[in-house]
Amino acid sequence: MDTMTSMDRVMASLSHKEPDRVPVFLLLTMHGAKELGMSIKDYFSDAKNVIEGQKIIHAKYRNDCLNPFFYAATEIQAWGGDAIFIDDGPPNAGAPIIRTTEDIDDIQPPDMDHPILRMGLEAIEGLVDHADGQIPVIGTVLSPFSVPVMQMGFEGYLNLMYEDQDSFWRLMRKNEEFCVKWGNEQAKAGVTAVAYFDPLASSSMTTPDQYRLTGMKVAERVISRMDAPTATHLASGRALPIIEDIVSTGTGALGVCTLEDLAELKRVCKGRLSLLGNLNGIEMRRWTAQQAEEKVKDCIMKAGPGGGFILSDNHGEIPFQVSDEVLLAIRDAVDKWGEYPLDWIV
Amino acid sequence: MVESLSDFVYKTLTTLRINFMISRMKGHKTLDLTEAAMDLEGYFLAVDKPSAFALLDRLTDTSTGTEIVDDVIMPALESIGDRWEKGQVSLSQVYMSGKIAEAMVDKVILSTGHQADSGGSVAVAVLEDHHNLGKRILASVLSTSGMQVMDYGHALSVDELVSMVERDGVDYLMISTLMLPAALRVKDAMIQIKERSPHTKVIVGGAPYIFDPALGEEVGAHAVGRTATESLNILKRMMREGA
Repeated sequence: MDTMTSMDRVMASLSHKEPDRVPVFLLLTMHGAKELGMSIKDYFSDAKNVIEGQKIIHAKYRNDCLNPFFYAATEIQAWGGDAIFIDDGPPNAGAPIIRTTEDIDDIQPPDMDHPILRMGLEAIEGLVDHADGQIPVIGTVLSPFSVPVMQMGFEGYLNLMYEDQDSFWRLMRKNEEFCVKWGNEQAKAGVTAVAYFDPLASSSMTTPDQYRLTGMKVAERVISRMDAPTATHLASGRALPIIEDIVSTGTGALGVCTLEDLAELKRVCKGRLSLLGNLNGIEMRRWTAQQAEEKVKDCIMKAGPGGGFILSDNHGEIPFQVSDEVLLAIRDAVDKWGEYPLDWIV
Repeated sequence: MVESLSDFVYKTLTTLRINFMISRMKGHKTLDLTEAAMDLEGYFLAVDKPSAFALLDRLTDTSTGTEIVDDVIMPALESIGDRWEKGQVSLSQVYMSGKIAEAMVDKVILSTGHQADSGGSVAVAVLEDHHNLGKRILASVLSTSGMQVMDYGHALSVDELVSMVERDGVDYLMISTLMLPAALRVKDAMIQIKERSPHTKVIVGGAPYIFDPALGEEVGAHAVGRTATESLNILKRMMREGA
């Protein structure tokens, strides 16, 4: 039985202590549209919808956080690009806003008064008000190192990274300026922590050596200037080869992927970096309630002891296709297997 | 003296290595293709284009175009694909390897007149999605192996894709996806392809199929390629079997 507020539970776990039970972050964004009977596009057209949707999700799944995140392409919209909506998934970023290296000199970091950013801040303020200090509200920024995938396309960005370091660093400086401002505006609006989404940092995407020379330096600079604690998320990418580097960026938690062994991650990170994960969001769509329970139990067994663990999915966003039944089964399994002390683990 | 012994071992090994390199630079006919493939893999992973092309120059003196492509470049790419699947190399290395390999093959064609066999028409596409990198890597690997590939682009609707396949009478369609909705949309494409172009075989790939190994069967694809090189091998097998 829960004896702590979500805020106290999460804070205790992030301090590497055992709270009353394992905290759970069901990172649902588009499900709010389903709850309100709206299209995803309409849902994300007004902060009030997101506030209402998150309140419903929180009550329905007894979630340990509120998640005001809209979709990744909002940052691209702020930079002057487009978002392309579909009916059953997060919108894609439209055509690249950077096509040539000259464009890097021309683009300007978005103003915080941009309507899409204002809407995001309005959703945060509404949810912070609702949380009343009892529930963590999680802000989100895309890392300056990863957002160019949407600014210029993956291929263009990899070419830039390998072939034009001067332009790469010019872009990083502009992206860093925006990222720090945007994160700190969210901190000012009251978020408990900022998720620093950095999929390109993952060793699935760039080599550890490359990361140390680029994305890690960017992360160190940005995270040190953030007015709220950060949790780095690699969005389904591998982390083990760069754990020490991620620790050195000063982040407090790490979203980890299902392709790596959670027990090994826990062993390496114990006492230094809290873990967030690592339920397979793609596979989750087809789980039965029994499978969901087994997966939750397995995660808790591997990473729950000693705290420093929040059960979540491995991507940072649960697909629209995942059913209420599976989500409720996950949540029920946390109640069944997540209560501390975890005496059932031999 | 201990120090002298270690110096001796070091100097001996260095001398052997130097002699070996000199013998290679002299264009010895004994350049081993397996070893060359391993060297090339190292150059690919280090994104060391000059060394890759220097090796190609040496190979061109002693090997046919087919040997260079089939026994050196493709094994290097295949090993990198396998290592990516195991989490040992990064996608950026896979992409840059494909890019260098393509440039090498262009040079091989110019200098040796190498032409690969074609076992049917092949098209690559990204359905609905705007993420193009997977298709680009796939196209590089196919093109490096000598396949003539039609690039249908990205962000295609099911109707657009099926119309293109029907129009061109495509024998083998390879669909790359990154997002789950796009991977699921393959199911709609398969229903239409089976009606309008029943001989077409479809190979799918991309992150959703890796994270959910049962997804390929669910959407009705003929095969799933976990890496670009695995997709190529599936394609070659289908061509051989006349599937």
